[in-house]
Amino acid sequence: MAVSSRRLQKELREIKENGTPVGITLLQADDFATWFLSIEVLGETLYAGEVFALKFRFDPQYPISAPAVQFVVDDYYKAPVHPHVYSNGHICASILGSEGWSPVLGVISICITLQSMLASCKERKPPPDNDGYVQRAPENPKKASATYP
Amino acid sequence: MSSDYELSDNEYYDEEDDEVMYVDDDGSASEMDVDFRISPASKSKSYEIDYESLTQAQVEKLIGQDVEDISGIFGVEPDTASLLLRNFNWNKEKLIEKYMDNATSVSIAAGLALPEKPEASSSRFEASSGSRRPTRRSTAEQAKSGKAKILERLTPPADEQPFVCPICFDDTQTKTMALACGHKFCTECWSAYTTSKIRTEGEHWITCMAEDCKLVATDEFVKKALGSDTSAFARYQELVVRHFVSCNKNLKYCPYPSCTHTVSCPSGASKSALTTIVPIVGCGANTAHKFCFGCNIDADHRPVVCGVAKMWLQKCQDDSETANWIKSNTKECSKCQSTIEKNGGCNHMTCKKCKYEFCWVCMGPWSEHGTAWYSCNRYDEKASIDARDAQSRSRASLERYLHYYNRWANHEQSAKLSMELYSRTERKMEEMQITSDMTWIEVQFMKKAVDEVFKCRMTLKWTYAMAYYLEKNNQKELFEDNQRDLERAVEELSELIESSIDPESALALRQKVTDKTVRLPVVWQSTGFDHLHLS
Ligand SMILES: [Zn+2]
Ligand SMILES: [Zn+2]
Ligand SMILES: [Zn+2]
Ligand SMILES: [Zn+2]
Ligand SMILES: [Zn+2]
Ligand SMILES: [Zn+2]
Repeated sequence: MAVSSRRLQKELREIKENGTPVGITLLQADDFATWFLSIEVLGETLYAGEVFALKFRFDPQYPISAPAVQFVVDDYYKAPVHPHVYSNGHICASILGSEGWSPVLGVISICITLQSMLASCKERKPPPDNDGYVQRAPENPKKASATYP
Repeated sequence: MSSDYELSDNEYYDEEDDEVMYVDDDGSASEMDVDFRISPASKSKSYEIDYESLTQAQVEKLIGQDVEDISGIFGVEPDTASLLLRNFNWNKEKLIEKYMDNATSVSIAAGLALPEKPEASSSRFEASSGSRRPTRRSTAEQAKSGKAKILERLTPPADEQPFVCPICFDDTQTKTMALACGHKFCTECWSAYTTSKIRTEGEHWITCMAEDCKLVATDEFVKKALGSDTSAFARYQELVVRHFVSCNKNLKYCPYPSCTHTVSCPSGASKSALTTIVPIVGCGANTAHKFCFGCNIDADHRPVVCGVAKMWLQKCQDDSETANWIKSNTKECSKCQSTIEKNGGCNHMTCKKCKYEFCWVCMGPWSEHGTAWYSCNRYDEKASIDARDAQSRSRASLERYLHYYNRWANHEQSAKLSMELYSRTERKMEEMQITSDMTWIEVQFMKKAVDEVFKCRMTLKWTYAMAYYLEKNNQKELFEDNQRDLERAVEELSELIESSIDPESALALRQKVTDKTVRLPVVWQSTGFDHLHLS
């Protein structure tokens, strides 16, 4: 079995046996290519009461390289208005880039990091270059040359 | 032929005697007769510069010397010395100063030693490294993010059980590796990770796979992790060499794809020198690997100085109108309207359909070019302004720009097509050996002529960029006269090379080609670019 599948199987078993941390819910994990999880930030934060969905895409390089992660933007879900989140759902977070990613991290640790990124936000403001980025960004965020504002 | 050029050589170039040195390419140039140009006086110089081409092994030797020095001074392993130097961008003096001041903090910053309080960064891995002491982790730290708790769940529970790699969870893996931090992972994962860092990210600084662990892998560790993949290790060594070269201002890596040669050119390394010299260098791997040491343009942009060349390229990139022009590699015959594609270096076009002969640049009939070539080379500003009386100034300036751009791009395109010309010429050379009594050596003049045409086109190309920035005055007229002469000589030579060969005329052709072969250093000097005033 491919390393990425074995690893994801293990992560899925952990989730099924031990549950997910508070505010994180597994929405869909039917295969080892694409998963959906939802996150919400509890307590007194700018995003209280809002639920966001995250789309994870894994390639055979996972977990040696980070998965492609973005907020779902559709009829039901919206991307959070946040200085590191573009309106198309792409996220600027060092953990998702080659510098900050470590192969010991996984789906749940990414969710926790993004949860705390939202929780610590002081101002609901889109990234300064949002419009320009959204216009020329590729569909897959991993194909964008990321900068971390 | 024209002694006034010689005079101007002397007055223009005396002051740079020590900057530039004359290099005679092949030594045989002096045998050639230059039919339209003066032979250079013995004291005149060319736009050639002193440089040295180094192979990767030669650069590795330089690296080895630095590593050996540091290893000896600090009393550390060569692998450690290499990482220290890399961390200090190969600045040996600065490294020695800082290391003497505080070896521990330098080692920690370089990822060679663990920070003072290892618990903070490695506690969550103690489960797997066999020294689990839960009390060492503060409850505050656990509460901070909950991340540690999750990760702990991903790591195997107890040390008595067989090792399970926290990355792949493949319990059949028995071989493990760890850096000094003790973060143990299976060899397969280390191999996949190291390969990905080297091949995908082009990274020579490979840190531990554990989260937030800054410890860096030595060459020995990388080699072990890569195992039998020797080509990945070779790529890693190349990346180290590239880093070393990029940190040394006297060195530049050859910009041609997959070339691993380096050029050393101390005289081209100073910014101030670039106003008077154009440090065109070449790597020893391939004679086509020419580039400018001063500005990294991967072409010979003589006689134009780096600043002007960059300004021109920037302008060409910014002008959107130009984009449309670039696309047009085809033109329509002005007589029968059929589409003609340029497929050779020569500007003398003959329509296959109607046999109309015309000039690719100005589209005018070729018959007029024999005697009045200048009508194609010189943009008659007065006539153009008269003709566009009613048009706006911006339109006129665009026309002016396009005039020079078209000629610039035309030579660019012709030069690109010269690869095909080379192979066609090679076939012709084989033919000539069979049909005439010439030996392989004797037909080499054909190849030399193609080389010369290519180089002249590169020079001509840049003279049009130069002319665009020149003020209209007597000097510019002289400049354009020289340009026109060179242009005509190149076109004649180009046509001779492309003409079909009648076996009996092979010898006559040889004489003609040799006569027409021009010498670029003379041209560079006669255009005297760096002494003309830019508008
Ligand atoms: Zn493993
Ligand atoms: Zn480590
Ligand atoms: Zn090269
Ligand atoms: Zn240059
Ligand atoms: Zn025609
Ligand atoms: Zn013409």
